[in-house]
Amino acid sequence: MSALTIQSKTADRLDELNGAGRAALIGYLPLGFPDVPGSIAAAIAMVEAGVDVVELGVPYSDPVMDGPIIQNAVEHALAGGVRVHDVFAAVEQIAQAGAPVLVMTYWNPVMHYGVDAFARDLAAAGGAGLITPDLIPDEAGEWIVASDAHGLDRVFIVAPSSTPRRLASTSAASRGFVYAASTMGVTGERTTLGARASALVADTRAAGAARVCVGLGVSRPEQAADVASYADGVIVGSALVRPLLEADTLAAGIAGLTTVTAALAAGVRSAERTIRT
Amino acid sequence: MEQSSKSARESLATGAGPYFGEFGGRFVPEALIAALDELDTEFQKAKVDPEFLEELARLHRTYTGRPSIITEVPRFAAHAGGARIILKREDLNHTGSHKINNVLGQALLTKRIGKTRVIAETGAGQHGVATATAAALFDLECVVYMGEEDTRRQALNVARMRLLGAEVIPVTTGSRTLKDAINEALRDWVTNVETTNYVFGTVAGPHPFPGMVRDLQRIIGVEARQQVLDLVGRLPDVVAACVGGGSNAIGIFHAFLDDPEVRLVGLEAGGDGVETGRHAATITAGSPGVLHGARSFLLQDDDGQTIESHSISAGLDYPGVGPEHSFLASIHRAEYRPITDAQAMDAFRLLCRTEGIIPAIESAHALAGAIDLGRELGPDAVILVNLSGRGDKDVETAAAWFGVLDAEPGVVGQDAVVGQEAGDTL
Repeated sequence: MSALTIQSKTADRLDELNGAGRAALIGYLPLGFPDVPGSIAAAIAMVEAGVDVVELGVPYSDPVMDGPIIQNAVEHALAGGVRVHDVFAAVEQIAQAGAPVLVMTYWNPVMHYGVDAFARDLAAAGGAGLITPDLIPDEAGEWIVASDAHGLDRVFIVAPSSTPRRLASTSAASRGFVYAASTMGVTGERTTLGARASALVADTRAAGAARVCVGLGVSRPEQAADVASYADGVIVGSALVRPLLEADTLAAGIAGLTTVTAALAAGVRSAERTIRT
Repeated sequence: MEQSSKSARESLATGAGPYFGEFGGRFVPEALIAALDELDTEFQKAKVDPEFLEELARLHRTYTGRPSIITEVPRFAAHAGGARIILKREDLNHTGSHKINNVLGQALLTKRIGKTRVIAETGAGQHGVATATAAALFDLECVVYMGEEDTRRQALNVARMRLLGAEVIPVTTGSRTLKDAINEALRDWVTNVETTNYVFGTVAGPHPFPGMVRDLQRIIGVEARQQVLDLVGRLPDVVAACVGGGSNAIGIFHAFLDDPEVRLVGLEAGGDGVETGRHAATITAGSPGVLHGARSFLLQDDDGQTIESHSISAGLDYPGVGPEHSFLASIHRAEYRPITDAQAMDAFRLLCRTEGIIPAIESAHALAGAIDLGRELGPDAVILVNLSGRGDKDVETAAAWFGVLDAEPGVVGQDAVVGQEAGDTL
C-alpha cells in the first residue's frame, strides 16, 4: 500500500501547527526513569507545559547514539527493572494528555519482541510510530511492512553525512517526518548547533521530505527558536532529562522539567519563520 | 587438485557480506553509512590493487615476520590422546598476536582514504597494541577505548599502547569491558567520522568489517594449509581456534571452508560454566539478534537487552560474535564448543610445562579444545590449532590463578589480582 493512504498522527499534528504558523516542540524522555510511573507523570507534565509531540525512549543496554545524560538515565531505568512491554501502557496513558507519542527505540528490543507484534501492540496502545536510531531503511523491510499494516509512523534519520541519494531514499521510506541530525555526533546539550542543520533541512525537503524536524544538541530556548524558524519541529532530549537527573525528588524533577519545557515552548513560538517553499 | 572438481558456486569462501545467510547487515546510525560505504568501496579497490597488495605483503614479510611458522607439539599432544597437534604460531608475530594482520591492512586503507586519526576498541589489549603500533608506523593519531575492568586485567598492554604514543581511554559505562569499549568507539566515530577511521578489531560489526577483517586475516589459514600439507602430507582432520568476536578463527578456517573433510571447531569462552550463566559462549548459549551493527548470535535477555559476558580472558569476554560464524554454525560447516576458565588455564599450564610456550589465555581455550578433540579422535588424528597470541600480557592473571607470586604465597584466584592495581598507573 502506498504510504500516502495511511493516516499519520504525527504528520497531522505537524500540519495543524504549521497552519497555525509555528513549528512543533518534540520532547524526549526515557521510559522508566526515575521509575515507570514517574516517567509517565513526567511525560504528561511535559505535554502540559508545551510539548506538542512526545518521543518516549525504550531503555536499551547499548545506546550508541546517546551521550552521557541519556546513557545515565537509561542505565538507572534498566537497573530499576523497566521492561520493554512497559512501553505500551505508558504510551496509552501519555497519549491521553493529547500529544502524539512516538517511541524511540534501538532495534534489537523490537526485533526480539517480534517486529509485527511490537507494531500491533503499539498501535493498540494508541502510539504514533517509531523513531529508530540504529535502523536504516535499507535494513527495515520487516518494519516497513508492519508499520503499513498497523498504520504507524516510521521516522528515519538523516545526517549531515548523508548523500543526496540517501536523503531521497530515506525521505521516501519515512512517514510522519524525517529526523535531521543537526550535527555529527550523539545526543547531548550543545552550545552551538551544526551550521549545516538548516542546509540539511533544505536538502532533505528538496529530496522529497514533506516534513523535517531537527534534533541532537538542541537545549536552549534561543536554539529552539532558531531551528523553529526553518524546520517543522524541534526535538529536545538531554536538556529535558537533565532536571529529572539532578533533582532529589520526582516532584522537584517535574517542576524543573516544566520550567525548561515552558522556556523551550516559548522559544519555538517566538520563531520568525522563513517562507517554506 | 581437490579444488578442481568443485564449481565456484559451491564455494563457501567467497562470501563478502553484507549478509552471510541471514546474518550480518548494517544496523548503525545513518551518520556512519557514508563512511562505511567509503571503506567498502576503497577496500574493494585496494584488494585487487597490486600496489596495495605488494605493500601489505612487504609489511608482512619485513615488519610482522610472516609467514608465521607452525610447530608440532608432541609432548603436549601426549595428553591429548596421542593425536598430532600442530600450532600455527601467530603468537610470534610482531606485537604478539594475529591482530597485526588486520591492523596493517586497515592502516594502509586509512592512508589511502586520507584520514589522519584512527580509533580502536580493545579487550585484551592486543588489538589496541597492534593499532597503536600501526599508528606509530604510519604517523596517525590514535585513540584506543578499553573497558576500565580490562585496563586493570591487562595493565601491561595499557602501558604498551601509551609507550607507542596512543591515548588510552578507560570506559566506565555498562560492564566496563569490550562491549562498552565498542559502544564508546562508535560514539567517537559518529562524532569524528570526517577525520577518523575506525580500525575495528574483529569480524563483527557492520558491513564491511566482517568481510574486510576476514580477508585481512585469511592469510593465517592460507599459510597454515600449505604448511600442514608440507609437514604431514595431508590436510588436518580438525582446525581449532578460540572465538570471541572470531577474527583469528575465521582467519584460519577460511582456507579450509571448501575442504569438507576438515572439521572446523571454534572454542568459545565458557567462563564459570555455561550452566552458571557466567560465560561468553555466544553461539553455544545465545540467540540471533542485533548488536554493534550486525545481526548475529548474541547473549541477550527476554527483552533483547545484551547480557554481560564473563571470561577469565579479556579478549573473549564479549557477548556477540561475527556474523560469518553464526552463518557457519547455522549450516553446520563449523561447530562451536564452550571451554571453561579452568579448562583453559589447565591447557595454558600444560603448554608452558611441556613445550616451553606461554600462550595467550584466549588461545589456551583453543588448546583445551584440542585436548578434548584429540582424546575423541585418537592417535591418528591431525589437529591444527591457531595459537593466536602469546601470554606475556597474561602473566599476572595466570600467576594469580596458579598462586605462583612470591609476594602472595599460595594465593589462588581473584585475591591476588589486588596487588596488580598498585602498579596500574602510568
